[in-house]
Amino acid sequence: MSAHTLLNIDGHLVRVKAGSSVAAALRVAGGMGVARTSVTGQKRAPFCGMGVCQECRVLIDGRRRLACQTVCAEGMRVETTG
Amino acid sequence: MDADVIVIGAGIVGAACAQALAQAGRRVLVLDARIGGATGAGMGHLVVMDDNAAELELSRHSVAQWRELAPRMSEDCAYSACGTLWIAANDEEMAEAERKQQRLRAHGIDSRLLDARELANAEPALRKGLAGALEVPGDGILYAPNAARWLLAQATDSVRVEHAKVEAIEDDGALSLADGSHRTAPQIVLANGIQATTLCPELPIRPKKGHLLITDRYPGTVHHQLVELGYVTSAHHSDGDSVAFNVQPRPTGQLLVGSSRQFDTTDPAVEAPMLARMLQRTLDYLPGLANLNAVRSWTGMRAASPDGLPLLGKHPWREKLWLAVGHEGLGVTTAPGSAHLLAALMTDATPDFDATPYAPRGLRETA
Repeated sequence: MSAHTLLNIDGHLVRVKAGSSVAAALRVAGGMGVARTSVTGQKRAPFCGMGVCQECRVLIDGRRRLACQTVCAEGMRVETTG
Repeated sequence: MDADVIVIGAGIVGAACAQALAQAGRRVLVLDARIGGATGAGMGHLVVMDDNAAELELSRHSVAQWRELAPRMSEDCAYSACGTLWIAANDEEMAEAERKQQRLRAHGIDSRLLDARELANAEPALRKGLAGALEVPGDGILYAPNAARWLLAQATDSVRVEHAKVEAIEDDGALSLADGSHRTAPQIVLANGIQATTLCPELPIRPKKGHLLITDRYPGTVHHQLVELGYVTSAHHSDGDSVAFNVQPRPTGQLLVGSSRQFDTTDPAVEAPMLARMLQRTLDYLPGLANLNAVRSWTGMRAASPDGLPLLGKHPWREKLWLAVGHEGLGVTTAPGSAHLLAALMTDATPDFDATPYAPRGLRETA
């Protein structure tokens, strides 16, 4: 198994250590790991890291999932808009 | 400020009463314990209900008032004129939809029957094979906690809100507060929902627990408030647990999913078996919901009266005390009409409709 995983976040290729969560990949991708924006336009990032706060919701391969509860997979597509 | 009236409770009913009394020229002090109640826990639906003539009159009058207020309400009140679709699952329920339309029409309420194809076009997310629906376009939804705050802010010169817990209503009508102080005014309004029996144990109010669940944002999935016509039969069982399909499209794109009913529990815990029953019912109508993410579920307590109508009027034996309690699951809808009636009675004005059916009743004499 490769030591790294390559995935796509908002159109950018991001390389992370194998076994990383998508929340970690968002941090690697830049900024403070913004996952989504609130209805009032505030940027929201993973907070609890354990599936409770729901602040890390992103579209992963077309489905809304929690970034902190999802392990990166090769070729995965992550969208943080909305 | 020396208040003419003290309102106990700053939920949607208390806020509406305070605003109506201020409009009638009264200086109002609102005392709120910040315990939270049905206003913060419910769905915020504005829906004309027609189980009986009194409920229809109160909800019709109230929904019309909300529609008038809506253009002035702040954006965070999240008012949406989405209307209601009463879903008929079969021919029998479709016949009920037609009877419902006749009842609404007799009271000047606009509605439209949709056949199976029209329903499928209007709400493609519903399962195939439903018989049709009755659309009531005048209904809507709002976010009740902010609507209550907005109502209270409409008369800042004559309405003051104080964070205070009323511990007791004395025989002379004076209020004892938790901090040991007292408040008094010529008239007191009890509008604190499920908490009302802690101050007046004689009130015939029982908690009726409900579960709600809200999804992540999926804009455009559902367009109207959707309610099964079977709701009418399941919602009004006076005993036993029940669930009914009821989904709202919030302006955020989230779907708010109800509804459940349980008597004789005050445990606020989310109960997985009851939540599962409620969601299974939802999936019967909206199978695609299974693919959506829920972000939160919670419960609330409706303040239920024995006959489903609120108690609005003078307490029969307590000095100075007026009642605006027992709104069950319809308090957000009926707050403006309730407030209109009560304020008229309290100021010797003539209300726009008959107050008799809501007069306080069923109170238990205490030793």
